[in-house]
Amino acid sequence: METNEIIYCLKKIVKPYVQNDVAFQDFGQGTDFIKDLEINSANLVDIVLDVEDEFNIAIDNDSMDNMTTVNDAVRIIKSKQKQA
Amino acid sequence: MNRRVVITGMGVAAPNGVGLKAFSEALKSGKSGIRFIPELERLKFSCQIAGQPEIPQDMPEEYFTSLELRGLNSSGIVYGMISGIDAWKDAGLTIGPKAETDWDNGIIFGTGILGVDKFREAIHLIDDKNTRRLGSTSVIQTMASGISAYLNSKLACGNQVTTNSSACTTGTEAILMAAERIRLGKAQRILAGSCSDSGPYIWGGFDAMRILPHKYNNDPEAGSRPMSATAAGFVPGSGAGALVLEDLESALERGAKIYAEVLGGHINSGGQRNGGSMTAPNSEGVKRCIKNAIFEAGIRPDEIDSINGHITATSMDPTEVKNWSEALELKSTEFPYINSLKSLTGHCLSAAGSIESVASVLQISEDFIFGNLNSEDLHPEIEQLVTRDNVPQKTLFKEVNTVAKASFGFGDVNAVVIFGKFR
Repeated sequence: METNEIIYCLKKIVKPYVQNDVAFQDFGQGTDFIKDLEINSANLVDIVLDVEDEFNIAIDNDSMDNMTTVNDAVRIIKSKQKQA
Repeated sequence: MNRRVVITGMGVAAPNGVGLKAFSEALKSGKSGIRFIPELERLKFSCQIAGQPEIPQDMPEEYFTSLELRGLNSSGIVYGMISGIDAWKDAGLTIGPKAETDWDNGIIFGTGILGVDKFREAIHLIDDKNTRRLGSTSVIQTMASGISAYLNSKLACGNQVTTNSSACTTGTEAILMAAERIRLGKAQRILAGSCSDSGPYIWGGFDAMRILPHKYNNDPEAGSRPMSATAAGFVPGSGAGALVLEDLESALERGAKIYAEVLGGHINSGGQRNGGSMTAPNSEGVKRCIKNAIFEAGIRPDEIDSINGHITATSMDPTEVKNWSEALELKSTEFPYINSLKSLTGHCLSAAGSIESVASVLQISEDFIFGNLNSEDLHPEIEQLVTRDNVPQKTLFKEVNTVAKASFGFGDVNAVVIFGKFR
């Protein structure tokens, strides 16, 4: 899957959890889920589950801990897809 | 300090009416909310009828954000939010993102058990070794205080925010706990209420105890028969009721409308002795509770216009009426009117006390005494204590100044609250 395609899917997944709509307009590789989008940290586990369902992958706890930005998510999704 | 406490807002999600207006109309017209539940038939319940609020499909969107609705599987939270938010708005108080933390506002919103359907989801995932798939909302939808926590995400209360639990006494207890806190000057406004989930996982245990009627699956509206000679057990129910209790001074200052005053009340337990047990009340405890409530309200027994009993439609109904008669030292034509909402809604368990209190207060603010369905064959032991006219079958439209509301619960716990017209 291409990076742009993954970012497009991520944007859709993340949308319901976003609390800062202005920052969401600039959604891109550098976007930080908590710092920029002000997503409640408790909801990160829900985003991970949605990502697993969308991309048909499993994200382990270590990867989850390192998933703070869109860039991190893209990297993790790509590596898991390779493993699959 | 002994401040006066009034009711300035109400909301309800009852089996026979969701919203205060629909509920009031249902009371006056004698509309039953008890229906046949196909799910209970599929699961081979003995009792296949129940009273549960009918929530229009798009209604939750008015009370929850789209994010909160994702994975929401706790009917008690849905009922509690509808009633609680309606009550707060009805009282003219601020709600949602505009509301700032107010240190004088609190919430006491009880439940028996919360989010059983959500808990069932979690149990299946955990047993499948898939705990990580629970997501973030399993805890908040199944912790008992989830209901007060959800409510406070909209209300922004900064005073005590808690959930009480005392079986079928829960709702009435919440009101009395809130009134006490305001009377002592520790809070100015408290949203008091309670909720109860719907469904087989709530009602199954009662079905197993064989205390639910099983002969009315083809005639649901005749199934709940409080005070009747043919009362055959209580019809299970669910829902939520909510009342905003407020310091009188604050209510007058705000120019809030006042439905009624909480004159007083009492909470106790029979100690599970002398006839009291896990499932039955010690009559001595019940009578003390009634007498103390009247004393604390500062009224005479003959000032009570109407009793809204606990009266669940079991063999205990005559005992309860006898306890009222002995505690009030009134009988026959001197006895007040007496009715039971359970004839119209079934027994809403932990939500019963709050829904029935909303009904009691409406009787005062709108001057009527709702009719008691299915009591045409009044129990002979009750007819020895009170006259046929004391148990109205159809709604009476007349001035109502004082209503005594009682709730009793498993574990031999009692609560009686006295509501009066505000003067």
